[in-house]
Amino acid sequence: MSGLLRAIRGLAVLFVVVALTYAIFYLGPADPALAMCGKPCSPENLEAAREFMGFSDPWWQQMLTFIGGIFTGRSFGSAGVVIDCAAPCLGYSFQMHQSVTSLIIERFPVSVSVALGAIVLQTIVGVGLGALAARKQGTVLDRAITGGAVFAASAPSYVVGLLLLLVFAFTWGIMPSGDYVAFTDNPIGWATHLVLPWITLAILNGAVYARLVRSSMIEQLGLDYARTSRAAGLGERRIDGYALRNLALPVMTLTALDVGALLGGTVITERVFGLPGMGLLLISATGTVDLPIIVGTTLFSAALIVIANLVADLLGPLLDRRLAAPRSALRTPRQKVKNS
Amino acid sequence: MTTQEAAGLGEPAAPEEPARRSELWHRLRRPVPLAALVVIVVSVIAAAAAPFVAGLSGNDPFTYHPEALSPTTAPAGILGGVSAEHWFGVEPGTGRDLFSLVVYGARTSLLIGLGSTVIATIIGVVLGIVAGARGGWAEKVVGFATDVTLGFPFLIFAIALSAIFPVDAPRELMLIGVLGLFGWPSIARVVAAETRVVARQPYVTASRVMGARFGHIFRHQVLPNVTPTIIIYSCISLPGRISAEATLSFLGVGVLPPTPSWGRSIGDAINWVTVDPMFLIFPAGALFIVTFAFNILGDAIRDALDPRKAGR
Repeated sequence: MSGLLRAIRGLAVLFVVVALTYAIFYLGPADPALAMCGKPCSPENLEAAREFMGFSDPWWQQMLTFIGGIFTGRSFGSAGVVIDCAAPCLGYSFQMHQSVTSLIIERFPVSVSVALGAIVLQTIVGVGLGALAARKQGTVLDRAITGGAVFAASAPSYVVGLLLLLVFAFTWGIMPSGDYVAFTDNPIGWATHLVLPWITLAILNGAVYARLVRSSMIEQLGLDYARTSRAAGLGERRIDGYALRNLALPVMTLTALDVGALLGGTVITERVFGLPGMGLLLISATGTVDLPIIVGTTLFSAALIVIANLVADLLGPLLDRRLAAPRSALRTPRQKVKNS
Repeated sequence: MTTQEAAGLGEPAAPEEPARRSELWHRLRRPVPLAALVVIVVSVIAAAAAPFVAGLSGNDPFTYHPEALSPTTAPAGILGGVSAEHWFGVEPGTGRDLFSLVVYGARTSLLIGLGSTVIATIIGVVLGIVAGARGGWAEKVVGFATDVTLGFPFLIFAIALSAIFPVDAPRELMLIGVLGLFGWPSIARVVAAETRVVARQPYVTASRVMGARFGHIFRHQVLPNVTPTIIIYSCISLPGRISAEATLSFLGVGVLPPTPSWGRSIGDAINWVTVDPMFLIFPAGALFIVTFAFNILGDAIRDALDPRKAGR
C-alpha cells in the first residue's frame, strides 16, 4: 500500500471513529442541555438551551457541523448571544465557558511531558535489559530479567505509582508528591516532578519491551548475517550493533501501536500524581457529565492514535528497505495462487 | 508464508492430541506454574463462594464497624486494624471488613475478566475464521473493523462511556461489554492467520469438493486446528482484562459502590496511603498476585501448546 492509500485509510478509520463516538454519546441517555437549563427546567427553556448549544438538529447534521467546525470553526448561540469557537473547534464546554480546543491545549503539554519521558525511559530500559537477557540467554541473569519482566508487567501501574509516592515522597521526602511545573518555567523542576510518573509508566512498558527485544534479539543473533559476521572475525559488539539496528523497526512499531495504551497510562499517572493533564480533564468531565469535553478529548486521542499508526507505517520503509520494495518483487509465484 | 511453514503448521492436529495434553500437564507440573495454578484455584473458589469464605471470619463486606475505628476514622490498632475479628483490618472511614472486601473483590474481578474474555474470544474467533477462510472482501471488512477498534483510545473511551451509562443499570455488564468489544482484534488476527493456512490444506479442499458447506468446514476442520491458539490467546489476554477492570474502578468509573472491587479499594486508598498503607497493600496485593498467576499460567500454557514460541 502506498503512503497515500494508507493516509486515506487512516482518515476513513478516523471518520468511522468520529461517527461512532458522536452517535454513542449524543444519542445516549445523557442530555447536555439539561445541565445548562437551570432549575426548574421548563420544556421551553430546555428547547432554547438545546438550540443554543446546537443540539436541536438531527444527530448526523450535528456531526457534520462538528466535523466542519474542526476545519473552519463554528459558533454557538441564538437570539443575539453568540459564542465563537475558532478552528480547530472540538466543541465548546458550556460548563467551563471555554472551547474544548483551548482546554486541551492548556492540559496537553502535561500529558505529552508524561508520555515522552516514559517512552524514552521505557525504550532504554526495555532494549537494554532485553538485549542483555538475549546475550546471556539461559543464564541466571536471563532468568532474572525474564522473570522480573513478568513480575513487573503484572503490577498495576497505579499501585506502583502509589508505592513510589509512599516511599519517595511521603516517607523519605526526597521527591515532590505531585503538582506540575512547566518546562518553560523551570526545566529542572519539570523533570524532578515527573521522574516518579515516568518510572511508574516505564516499569510496566519496559517489561513488555524487554520481552519483545529479548525474543527478537535471540532470533537476530541466530540469523545468517550474525554467523557470517562472526566467521569473518567481527567483534560481538559489532554484531550487537547490527542486531539492534534491525530491532529498531519492531520497537518503533510497538511504540506507535501502543500510543492508545500510553494515553491510558498517562490518565492513570495523572490521577495518581495529581498532574493537571488531559486525563484529569476527562475524569473531572465525567463527574459533571460535560459531554463536549468528553467527546472532544476522546476524538482528539483517537486522532493521535491514528496519526501514530500512520507515522509507523510510513517510517517503516525508511528503517527497513525491504518494506520499500514494490510488492510484486517480494511475492513468490506460490503466494499468487489464491486459496479457492 | 512459505510452503514448508504452511505444511508444518497445517498438519492435522488430531493424532498429536494425547501427546499434547500430557505435554501440557508435564509443563504445568513444574513448581512455578503449579503455584500459579493453586493461586488461581484459590481465587476462583473465593470468588464463587465469597459469602462462605468471608463468613469464615464472621464478616461481610457491607456492614459498617465504627467500633473498629479510632476517633480520626482511621482503623484502630496496628496494621490497619488487623485482629482476630478482622483478618485484614478494616476500611478506614467506614470500618467495613477488609478481608471480606478482598474476597468479594475476587468475584467482581474474575466475573468481569472471564465474561469479557469469553465475548472477545467469540467475536475474535468468528471474525478471524471468516476473514481467514473466505478471504477477499470479508478479509478487508474485518481488517477495517480491526483498524477502527484499535483506533479507539480504549481507556479514554471507557472512561467517557461511564459518564453516559445509566446509573441504575449494572456496571458489570457495561465493563464486560466494553472490554469484550475492544478485546477481539488480537485474537481475530492470529486466528485469521492460522485459518488461512488450514484452509489451504488438501483435506479442506477435499471436503469442499465433496460438497461440505462453510459451516461444516468451520466446525470440523478449522476450529479444531485453531483451538490451541484460541486457548493460548484467551489465557494470555485474561490478566490484562482483570487489570483493566481494576484500573477503571480505580479511576472511579468502574463498578459502583457498594459492590466491592480491588481497583476501587486501591483508589480509595490514595487518600489514606500515609495513615493506613495496609488499606493499599491488601487489595493491591490480591490484584497483583492474581494477575501475576494468570500471566505465569498463560505463558506456561503457551510454551506447552505452541512449541515454536517455547523458551522465548
